[in-house]
Amino acid sequence: MTTQVAAQDRGDGDPTRAHTGSRATRGLGLVVLAGLVALVLLAFFAAPPDDEQGDAVRLIFIHVPSAILTYVAFFTTAAGSAMWLWKRSSWWDITAHAAAEIGVMFCALTLFTGSIWGRPTWNTYWDWGDVRLVTTLILFLLMVGYLVVRSSGGDDPAVSTRAAIVGLLAAINIPIVNRSVEWWFDRTLHQKASLTDGKLEDLTLFTLVFGLVVGLLFFVWAMIHRFRVGWLEHQARAEDLDEALEARRSEAAAAGSSASGGEA
Amino acid sequence: MLADIAAVAGKDLRIEWRSRVTASQVIPFAALVLVLFGFALDANRPVLERATPGLFWMTVLFVTNLAVQRSTSIETSDGARRALLLAGIEPVAVFVGKALAVAVELLAVEIVLVGGVLVFYGAEIDDWGLLVLTCVVATMAVAAAGTLLGALVAGIRARETVLPILLLPVLAPVLISATRAFDDALGSVAVQGWAWLGLLAGFGVLNSGLGALAYGVLLEET
Repeated sequence: MTTQVAAQDRGDGDPTRAHTGSRATRGLGLVVLAGLVALVLLAFFAAPPDDEQGDAVRLIFIHVPSAILTYVAFFTTAAGSAMWLWKRSSWWDITAHAAAEIGVMFCALTLFTGSIWGRPTWNTYWDWGDVRLVTTLILFLLMVGYLVVRSSGGDDPAVSTRAAIVGLLAAINIPIVNRSVEWWFDRTLHQKASLTDGKLEDLTLFTLVFGLVVGLLFFVWAMIHRFRVGWLEHQARAEDLDEALEARRSEAAAAGSSASGGEA
Repeated sequence: MLADIAAVAGKDLRIEWRSRVTASQVIPFAALVLVLFGFALDANRPVLERATPGLFWMTVLFVTNLAVQRSTSIETSDGARRALLLAGIEPVAVFVGKALAVAVELLAVEIVLVGGVLVFYGAEIDDWGLLVLTCVVATMAVAAAGTLLGALVAGIRARETVLPILLLPVLAPVLISATRAFDDALGSVAVQGWAWLGLLAGFGVLNSGLGALAYGVLLEET
């Protein structure tokens, strides 16, 4: 679906006119922008401060959605990696890459907002005994490694295969990391799932769900654009290769005809 | 299959034995790291004793990075990877053979390191069985993950710097669990060392499984 749109957007074969926007994504972008403005108003002004945490609670409106989207993005990367290895479909390969980049961004945002929230609430930026914190950090480092492999150069299918194996390696190791950190300290400071414990006030809960929806729309918007950039890069390299092949073939044909002319 | 595994492992170990790199460079490097940790912790005996299991396994991870670099460079020079493919050996056998060779080298280094922590850090061993088993299981796990990642970075130009970025986060659970198992074996902290050993085994099985599946793809396509 996105593939077709991206192909239409290639500016009728003129690479300088290629772009990644379309009427639908511009509309989506505007919705995301409006949603972000509404989220800021809700989170900073409308939602009440927490009884215990005070104004620090407002950070969860960014922290919780970005944490959930981090895992959505990395799950997409793992699925895309498996599909690349299985079907060799460039669509999945580019999807995996796009999701990894956006996931690393959300993961950094999760760790950052979590740390500055932890300072007033737990009285520390970082707690080694917390399972989710340490697991998320290791996941972040693994996915940075994924992006390093992506940018390490080489021919396309080899890079995709390497990256796909790193993506799967990260995915299978996350449960082990989680278990080991859980046993390591056998304690956790972390909030238990905030959405389901039924203690949140109505407007706080609404803002949290609203933040999640806005975050999800942003994720979709960013995925579409990042995917199209990846697809255009893929096309550009394929065209370069085709042109080079065509040039060599015409050289060979010219050499062949002059050779046969010589014989006659 | 078994003969192929033995042939690949034997080849790597023979190269290692003849070049004497492990004996003349890797083991001195490991001893040096132990000594430097002593400086870093201000030669403070109680602190060193408490930190011994962690420092031991940190050193092993550094050495793993070196051993995997060596194991990879054997195959990348002179187009040896192509030759290995043309030899008609199953990629799984190549993977297991190379991982075994790395594990043997690491175990040799670990024997020296155990001596080192006994002498320099004043460690005392409560449970030899747990200590030896932890070394064997953790080393197999580390060697499997390392061999897979070694093959993965083999075709990358900047592989010396890419390998640790990939390898060290993957090995983080090994560092945690092997350290905890050693805490129990050395009697420095009362923990369930055998449960940690089980977690190490789980890590080893998962990463060996993925390695066995992925190694052929990497060998043929990258």
